[in-house]
Amino acid sequence: MTSPAPITEQREAPRPDPAAVPALAIDGVSHSYGPRRALMDVSFNVQPASFTALLGLNGAGKSTLFSLITRLFGIQSGRVGIFGHDISRSPGEALRLLGVVFQPRTLDLDLSLTQNLLYHAALHGISRREAAARSAELLGRIGLADRAGSKVRDLSGGQMRRLEIARALLHRPRLLLLDEPTVGLDVKARADIISHVRQLVTEQGIGVLWATHLFDEIVAGDDLVVLHQGKVLAQGPMSRVVAEAGAQDVNTAFMRLTGAQVMPGGGT
Amino acid sequence: MSSIITRDAPRGFSAAEYMTCLTGIVWREGLRFLHQRERFVSALVRPLVWLFIFAAGFRQVLGISIIPPYETYILYEVYIAPGLMAMIQLFNGMQSSLSMVYDREMGNMRTLLVSPLPRGFLLFCKLLAGTAVSLLQVYAFLLIAWFWDITPPPSGYLTVLPALILSGLMLGSLGMLISSGIKQLENFAGVMNFVIFPMFFASSALYPLWRVQEGSPYLYYLCEANPFTHAVELIRFAFYGQINWISLAVVAACTIVFMIGAIWAYDPSRGLARRGPAGGEG
Repeated sequence: MTSPAPITEQREAPRPDPAAVPALAIDGVSHSYGPRRALMDVSFNVQPASFTALLGLNGAGKSTLFSLITRLFGIQSGRVGIFGHDISRSPGEALRLLGVVFQPRTLDLDLSLTQNLLYHAALHGISRREAAARSAELLGRIGLADRAGSKVRDLSGGQMRRLEIARALLHRPRLLLLDEPTVGLDVKARADIISHVRQLVTEQGIGVLWATHLFDEIVAGDDLVVLHQGKVLAQGPMSRVVAEAGAQDVNTAFMRLTGAQVMPGGGT
Repeated sequence: MSSIITRDAPRGFSAAEYMTCLTGIVWREGLRFLHQRERFVSALVRPLVWLFIFAAGFRQVLGISIIPPYETYILYEVYIAPGLMAMIQLFNGMQSSLSMVYDREMGNMRTLLVSPLPRGFLLFCKLLAGTAVSLLQVYAFLLIAWFWDITPPPSGYLTVLPALILSGLMLGSLGMLISSGIKQLENFAGVMNFVIFPMFFASSALYPLWRVQEGSPYLYYLCEANPFTHAVELIRFAFYGQINWISLAVVAACTIVFMIGAIWAYDPSRGLARRGPAGGEG
């Protein structure tokens, strides 16, 4: 087991401006499953109040990275910091600031919307009374207030996703991770969810890391991290990444960066 | 904008937050159980089949002498009742482990594990919740068994409770330990064959151990070493208001060992980390 050197608290200390602490700092992270290397020396930051798209095909290592950030797997080498809290050293403080929407659905289908939210709140130690108030408020915001008592099973795919996002916001995190949240949704539901999350960035200053392989979900002002076969090929503001690749759009830039071996749904 | 970034000093978690988390996990597990009526029915039918059919058939074959904690000759049904209570908990423990494998494949487990509270505590809550569910099952069984002349002293229903909690925790943590080692759902059939059946049959649940000793000394030693035997005996004695100290010690020790093992196995930097991704990518 590699033991990471002491992290960020000291490293960030010389900076006077607390705003400089990234919402998420990935620093030299590598990970392998036995002989198979899933991530190789991955480093990038997500700033508060920014929308960072993590772009990669299936098998690029996105899910592994998410598992590491959410502490589902231990970090083999490198460091992950959430607002300066090292995920390995002070996981409690780090996870408190983190909201996650995983790619597979993770709701209890037989429980009601409210019950799902209350369970999540309890996992964060939020008292029942406070949790009930927040749940009602969030359900109102995602337009599902009148469905509060229905079973999750009866919701549409898009509604479930919205509920999962609401759930991820229940403990008021300042960093939100979403792993391909729009997969399998129709055009309208996709647009709703994207605009909702973008609103969170601009209105509440939440830092968002949005993993996707759908190029049309990325717009000009976004930050972009291109992950391919476990390596970061490019990162920075979208316009710069596209320009540096000598391309006109994200799609072409991605093809140029990743080379000829790109095939839809490819990967390991 | 800087208001977004105010960095909290690490503040840990208050006792109230731990309590909220614990009750939340138990509450959710209870709700899920109530929604799975088939699970409740099958959890109830299984021991009743043993009681109504197996015990009735075996009553004539197997004579039971007077052994502690019993003070008179007893019917075979009365003898196996504690074993069946433990069996309910054994199945429940393994079934929770099955649901943990399922949860992990489906991603539900992740919602639990990304809670900021310490992971050991979360798993302990999960164990307690599973044990609470097994208590519901056991008492429902006892209610029906009462009409079948399984009638301990009334206080027995109360004195058996701590024994059931402890044995429930032991079997639950064993299930959790096993679930951490199971990669896929399909392997649960293996758990049935290699864990549930041997544990149940090589124990004092169905026959007193002196009878086993007459037949095969080796099997007797195996039964004596089986933690499930001690869970059964702990429950049996507690059901009649007595304490079997050896069984208590064994069950308590096994609970601690299994629980530490399970928490260790679910530590992200060890157990789960060695495995591949949980299905997200491949």
